[in-house]
Amino acid sequence: MNVTLTMAWRNLWRNGRRTWLTIAAMIFTNVLLVFLISLQLGMYDTMIENSLRAFSGQMQVQREGYLDEPRMRETIAGSSAITAMLREQLGIESITQRAQGFALASSQERSFGIQLIGVEPAYEPLVSSLPGLLGEGRWLSDSNAEEIVLGRVLARNLQVQLGDEITLLGSGADGSFAAGLATVVGILDTGLPDADRSIAQLPLGTFQSIFSMPDQAHALVFEFPDLNQVPARKSQVETLLSKKQLLAQFQLAVHDWDALQPGLRQAIMSDMVSAWFMYGILIIVVSLSVMNTQLMSVLERTREFGIMLALGIKPGRLGRLVLLETLIMSLLGMFIGIFIGYLLVAWFAHTGFTFAGMAEAAAKYNMDEYMYPQASLLSLFWGPGTVFIGGMLAAIYPALKLQRMHPIEAMRAV
Amino acid sequence: MASVSCKDLCKTFSQGDTTITGLDKVSLEIERGSFLCLSGPSGSGKTTLLNAIGGLDQPDSGSISIGELRVDQMSKTELAEMRLHSIGFVFQAYNLIPVLSALENVEFVMQVQGVPAGQRRDKAMAILAEVGLAGMEQRLPAQLSGGQQQRVAVARAIVSEPALVLADEPTANLDSKTSAQLMDLFIELNQTRNITFIIATHDTRVMAYCRRLIRMVDGQIVGDDLQEPAAAAEPS
Ligand SMILES: Nc1ncnc2c1ncn2[C@@H]1O[C@H](COP(=O)(O)OP(=O)(O)O)[C@@H](O)[C@H]1O
Ligand SMILES: [Mg+2]
Repeated sequence: MNVTLTMAWRNLWRNGRRTWLTIAAMIFTNVLLVFLISLQLGMYDTMIENSLRAFSGQMQVQREGYLDEPRMRETIAGSSAITAMLREQLGIESITQRAQGFALASSQERSFGIQLIGVEPAYEPLVSSLPGLLGEGRWLSDSNAEEIVLGRVLARNLQVQLGDEITLLGSGADGSFAAGLATVVGILDTGLPDADRSIAQLPLGTFQSIFSMPDQAHALVFEFPDLNQVPARKSQVETLLSKKQLLAQFQLAVHDWDALQPGLRQAIMSDMVSAWFMYGILIIVVSLSVMNTQLMSVLERTREFGIMLALGIKPGRLGRLVLLETLIMSLLGMFIGIFIGYLLVAWFAHTGFTFAGMAEAAAKYNMDEYMYPQASLLSLFWGPGTVFIGGMLAAIYPALKLQRMHPIEAMRAV
Repeated sequence: MASVSCKDLCKTFSQGDTTITGLDKVSLEIERGSFLCLSGPSGSGKTTLLNAIGGLDQPDSGSISIGELRVDQMSKTELAEMRLHSIGFVFQAYNLIPVLSALENVEFVMQVQGVPAGQRRDKAMAILAEVGLAGMEQRLPAQLSGGQQQRVAVARAIVSEPALVLADEPTANLDSKTSAQLMDLFIELNQTRNITFIIATHDTRVMAYCRRLIRMVDGQIVGDDLQEPAAAAEPS
């Protein structure tokens, strides 16, 4: 082994307890960071996926401008053929058509203005989590059935129960008078207060005939097995649609989830920033403890450094020795920390992680009461990497102290 | 190299309001291959003079040259280079890097000197054998006696084959028998390798080894005598 490396290594163990304490502080911080970041990233993924599955899907094709101003007449004509083509070309079934419009819904007791959504009974469950959240009754049976499912609170507000009829009045896509009837077949318990208060879904065929928009839809909604596929799938769909002249002819646009739910990423970003503020403080504290350790260790060796300087060894080399010692310490702290952190994450990824009060909070956001941390290169190395950099930066000051050391004065120190 | 020449060296230290004289117009010529003692009571300026010659501390005025090199005009980096390659140092005690074995102490300096890795081990072993430490190469300084530690320091000082070795009270922490052995080693190296030795000491037994004896008092040279080195004359 190289003598300088030998020296650095042995120097660390001259005061083994102090060195281990410093390394232990790094390990502790790294384990904590790995766990928290894995949990955080895992939670974000779940949050995004849950939110997308409940509402917008991961990607949509719409008419240009519909996203900013959803007007009834901005429909995609021939939408069933386009959807069938896309299902075939993309090789996935989880693409569904939706239409939406406002109507005055009246039961025998009451009337409310509500937003109606037309969905494909066969495909909607592949894309959305809502059909799976039925509290009562059943899901829509057939595309032309005169049926409707309602959110729990909306049903209560309309004072309807399973089997009751609702009259729907509105204006059609062509501006004509729209009217229809639908029987309540299911009641949704989504756990999402907004959804429970507003959701009203009926079969697309029925919707199309009520609102005079045959074979038209407002959105084609996509769900992929993995959120990461979205960018590639988006350009694939864009290419397909423009090849078939559909993009330009019908003025279609493809939007990813980020465009569909802009608040989502923002919420995550601001959560991340506040978390990193806390992590930053932790990292600064550890870095200061590294700095303290290395300052002490330089101070204790003043005489020794004085002799080396007197022998003609340049201060830069001594500075590098101190950095090398810090490097060894930081690498130990990093890899042991990542290793233990990984084990912890792997364990909780298996069993799930929860704490007191989590169940209520989770219920409010339609989330699992258990959180599953997710190990990834990012979650394993991001925190510990920053701690490592912090430790190395903290060693610069002690190393610089050596540059101003004078051999004679240093040798006189005890 | 290694004829040392000092002219009118002055050095004062200020300590608070008082100024302390370290060197007062010291002029000195030392021939290549000399074996010379700087003697004098504590505080007489021996260390200050050695430090000035070795480029560890700059004089306030006067000139120092070692061979062609003007030590007083060199930059910090040049001085460090000179100390590393051309001058051997032996200090009073605790000269060694405590975490390195005898062998590694020598090897480390060789590494810094830029000796190729393949040559270091053999050369360090040979030099340790030469100073009488064969078989103790792997010991840490704490596992060596004071005299043995000084021998490691000597080995480290001469491994780059410098023409000049400066030793500041090298025997101060040694008993008289070990002191004598260390002085014998110095004499031997002086004779076999023609290394110039300048030894600062206030130990009269050490002085007895020296052919040339400089006496200092209050930063001035007050005596410069040639003598018949008593101990070295005896073949041992
Ligand atoms: N760094 C310093 N600061 C103040 N005074 C010093 C310093 N170095 C040496 N001296 C003083 O200079 C004088 C000569 O010191 P020194 O050369 O160490 O003497 P010696 O080695 O002969 O004992 C002494 O009076 C000493 O106190
Ligand atoms: Mg002295």
